[in-house]
Amino acid sequence: MSTHRFAVNVTPKPGILDPQGRAVEGSLDHLGISGVSAVRVGRRVELTVEAADEAAARAVVERLAAELLANPLIEAYAIETLAGASSLVGATSGSEPT
Amino acid sequence: MPVRVGVVVFPGSNCDRDTVHALDLAGAEPVVLWHEQASLDGVAAVVLPGGFAYGDYLRAGVIARFSPVMRAVEAFAAEGGLVLGICNGFQVLAEAGLVPGALLRNRELRFLGRDVHIAAERLDTPFTHALAAAGQPLRMPIAHGEGCYFGDDPALDALEADRGVLFRYVDERGERAADDDRTANPNGSLRAIAGVIAPRGNVAGLMPHPERAAEGILGSDDGAGIIRSLVDSAARAASGGDASPVTVGAR
Repeated sequence: MSTHRFAVNVTPKPGILDPQGRAVEGSLDHLGISGVSAVRVGRRVELTVEAADEAAARAVVERLAAELLANPLIEAYAIETLAGASSLVGATSGSEPT
Repeated sequence: MPVRVGVVVFPGSNCDRDTVHALDLAGAEPVVLWHEQASLDGVAAVVLPGGFAYGDYLRAGVIARFSPVMRAVEAFAAEGGLVLGICNGFQVLAEAGLVPGALLRNRELRFLGRDVHIAAERLDTPFTHALAAAGQPLRMPIAHGEGCYFGDDPALDALEADRGVLFRYVDERGERAADDDRTANPNGSLRAIAGVIAPRGNVAGLMPHPERAAEGILGSDDGAGIIRSLVDSAARAASGGDASPVTVGAR
């Protein structure tokens, strides 16, 4: 077994109204910032998966993202592999992923 | 004997008691169903009440959707059982895919708690047959942060063609609200959709709270007809009859 660290980035699909993004855009004036547009606010979920190998770990994340983390009607997701996942092949119970 | 109608209680449900009371008023025997139970105790219909199940974490309704009781509700619905979702209960049904569409954050990002008017699009369903007339404005409160009904245009076209729109937001005269009418359609729901019914006709959800407008002392009893429709339909189902007054879900 090995552990793998991922991030799932969930964003509103193109065309979906994103009032949060619009509210962020609306506040830019107050900061004196101009030239920023198309702000979309999403959600980032980071997680650690223990599985036989990276492909198996990714399959778990894929299922989790499709069934729980994102609503396919309104949200898209992208899975990212994060550095810092430590391979725990033959690891003792005291070791911790960094 | 009064018909037994289940009211699911998730951690964070807060309209379960109101719903129990409204069902009681309508002549049913309410049965409280805990979210961890995997059986529906033989009830003839189920209501998923309003609230903030599991704190609305991640997306409203999504964590509740995977609770043991929802497995039972899904099986019940698949057999034609009557299920009504109110507010957060509607969000749970939408997340479970038991009714079409999704509920987005309100257009203005604010939680909204106030009275609105809705009108039934059709009376030939188990949830509306006791109402006096289609199109008649019914006053009842909304109380939600994520109530903006959404589907893409093809999905909304199909929903309307299948007569899947059960309630729309209207003004006090019964005129359909525009999508940008922040008084009559405060959450910005597309095509002013306030409630939908699944193609088969046995599962429905709506954002406004009929159980909070079910007797005169609450300021409006316009919601009572919806509760009464459900209870009558459940009684018919329990006695072995067809739950619906006419065949619904022509698709």
